[in-house]
Amino acid sequence: MAILDVQHLTVDFALDDGGTLRAVDDTSFTIDSGEVLGLVGESGSGKSVTALSIMRLLDSQADITAGRILFDGEDLATKSEAEMRTIRGQRISMIFQEPMTSLNPAYTVGDQVSEVFRHHLHMGFGESKQRAIEMFERVKIPRPKDTYGKFPHEFSGGMRQRVMIAIALACGPDLLIADEPTTALDVTIQAQVLSVIQDLQHDMGLALLFISHDLEVVAQMCDKVAVMYGARLMEVGESTSLFTGPRHPYTDGLLRSIPRRGQPLTPIAGTIFDLRSPPDGCRFHPRCPYAEDRCRRETPELRALEPAGDGRLAACHFPLAGVGAKA
Amino acid sequence: MLIRYSLRRLLETIPTLFIISVIVFSLVLLIPGDRVLVMLGYSGGDIADVISKEVYAAMEIRLGVNDPIPLQYARWLGRALQGDLGTSPLHAIPVMDIILARLPATIYLALASIILGTLVAIPLGVAAAVKQNTWVDHLANGVVLFGLVTPGFWVALMLVLLFGVYLGWLPTFGYTAPQDDFVEFLRHITLPTIVLGLDFAANVIRFIRTDFIEQMREDYVRTARAKGLSERLVIWKHIFKNSMLATVTVLGFDISRLMGGSTIIESIFAYPGISFLLLQSIFNRDFATVQGVVIFIALMVVFMNYLADILYALLNPRIRYE
Repeated sequence: MAILDVQHLTVDFALDDGGTLRAVDDTSFTIDSGEVLGLVGESGSGKSVTALSIMRLLDSQADITAGRILFDGEDLATKSEAEMRTIRGQRISMIFQEPMTSLNPAYTVGDQVSEVFRHHLHMGFGESKQRAIEMFERVKIPRPKDTYGKFPHEFSGGMRQRVMIAIALACGPDLLIADEPTTALDVTIQAQVLSVIQDLQHDMGLALLFISHDLEVVAQMCDKVAVMYGARLMEVGESTSLFTGPRHPYTDGLLRSIPRRGQPLTPIAGTIFDLRSPPDGCRFHPRCPYAEDRCRRETPELRALEPAGDGRLAACHFPLAGVGAKA
Repeated sequence: MLIRYSLRRLLETIPTLFIISVIVFSLVLLIPGDRVLVMLGYSGGDIADVISKEVYAAMEIRLGVNDPIPLQYARWLGRALQGDLGTSPLHAIPVMDIILARLPATIYLALASIILGTLVAIPLGVAAAVKQNTWVDHLANGVVLFGLVTPGFWVALMLVLLFGVYLGWLPTFGYTAPQDDFVEFLRHITLPTIVLGLDFAANVIRFIRTDFIEQMREDYVRTARAKGLSERLVIWKHIFKNSMLATVTVLGFDISRLMGGSTIIESIFAYPGISFLLLQSIFNRDFATVQGVVIFIALMVVFMNYLADILYALLNPRIRYE
C-alpha cells in the first residue's frame, strides 16, 4: 500500500514582475512503505520543489495550485500549518543538501537532536538526552556520549550529515525525504553516509524519497526511479530495468552522458529551457533526436507502456524499444 | 574554555588602557598656561597677583612639574592605580570621591535607558523582521527614523515642555537618590530615560531587523521548520540566539556610550551624573577632576566592550577556539 501518493501536483511561483513560473507541473508518483524512490533530473527540474511541497515548506511566493499529496490516505496539500507541524519531524522528515549550514551553529548537536524528542514526544531533558545519544549510535557517530555537548562547527560535513539523519529519524518517521544528501560530500564520505541511510532505511522499514542528480548513486540506492525534466515527469519505472532499458529519449540521453572510461562522452544537445516560457508540446522536443511534428504540438501524458505489467510509465509519443543504453 | 578566553581578552585590554592613560596624562601637559596655576585652579593673571613666590616654588616641587615627563607619568599612574586621582582644587576633596558620588546617577540612568530601549527594541525589531511590510514594520521604521534623525536635545526639550511645563506631571530637572525616595527617583529619571532609551532603541531595532531578515533565509531555519517546531520556537529559540550575536556587538558599543553618560542630556535635565560633572569641571577649569572623569569614562567604555566580548563568546561557541 502506498504511504505517499502524489497526484497531479502543480506548483506555481509568483515572480517579481507579476508573472508566474510553473516549477512542478502535473506530477504524479507513489511510494510504498519500505520502498525507495529515486527522483532524478537536472538542476531546476523541480525535484526540490516537489520535496518541499510534500513537507509544505515552500517559500511564501510558491503555491500548490493543483493536485493532491496523499500521505497515509490524507491530503497534505489541504492541511493547516498546525496539523503539518505534528507531521513534520515526526511522520515525515527531511534531510538537505548542505550539511555545513543545515545545523544551527549556536546550539549543541545534542540539543538539536533531543529537541525533537522533547517537542514531539514530550520527553524530559534526561530522557531526551538518552534517546539522542542512542540516535548518535545508530548513525554510527564515534563516541556518541561526547558528541552530545559539541557544536556543529566541531564536525566534518559527513558527521554533520549523520547528525541531520539522527534528527530526521529520531521519531521513527514513515517517510524520509533526502534531498541530494551527499552531493556536497567527498566520494569516500558519500559512500559512508549512503550506507548509514541505506541501513537505517532497511532496519526501520522507511519509505524513502531519494533526490539526486547522480544516476549511479540512484541505481545503487533505489527500488524505483522517477525522471524529471522541466517540471514534468518523463519516465517512471523499476530501477534496474529503467537503467538497462530506458524508454524515454531523455532518460536515454541522461544515461549516455555519464562519463565512462574508454567511451566518448555524449551529452544531451542543447540546454534546458527557461521555465518561464516552456516549449509547446513535449518539453524535451527541442533537444530530442527523435522529435517529430506531433511532439511539437501535443504534450504527451505519462502513461503505462507495453508490455503491460512491468509498471513502466513514460511521457513520450514515440517511446524507445527499451534496449538503448546499457547501465 | 570561556574562563581562559575571558582572561586572555582581559590581558588584551592592557595596551588600550596604557594608551588611554598616556592621553589623559598628556591632557594637563597640553593645557595652555602655567601648569602650577592650572592645577591650583587659577586661570590668567600674574603669578604675583594670586600667589607668593615661595608658595609657588613649594607647589612646583610638590607637583613635580620640573621632573622628566616619563617620571611624572610613572608617578601619576602609580597613584591612579591605587585609586588616587588627585585632589580637586575647587572642592578640596579627592577627585575619586567626587566621581564616586556622581557615578550612581549616571549608572542608574544608563541602566534605565538600556532596559527601556531593549524592552522596546527587541520585540519591535523582531516583529518588524518577521512581519515585513505590515503595520508593525512601519511602526518600527517610524521609531527608527524618529530616533535617528531627531537630535536628543530637541526631544528632551519637547518632553520638558509637554510633561513638565504644560502637563506638570514630571519634574524637569534634578535627581533624587533611590535610597532617599524611590518614587521621586523614578519621577526624575523618567524623562532623561525616555530620551536616551529612544536613541538606544532606534539603533537596536535597525540592527535586529536587518540581521533577523538575513538569519531567516539560513538553512538551519528550514531545518528547524522541517522538525515540526512551532514558529515561536523557530523565531525565539533558533533565530533569536544567532541574531543576538550581531546585536550584542552593537549593544556593547552603545551601552558603553551610555555608561559614559550623555553630556547634553545630563545638562538639559541638570542631572548630576559624571558627564554633567565633566562639563562643570571644564567650565570651572578644575583640570584634576576633568582628568579623573575622562579616565573614568574611558575605563567604563573599555570595560563594557570587554563585557560585550565575553557575552559574544557565551552566545557564539565558535569564537572561543579561534
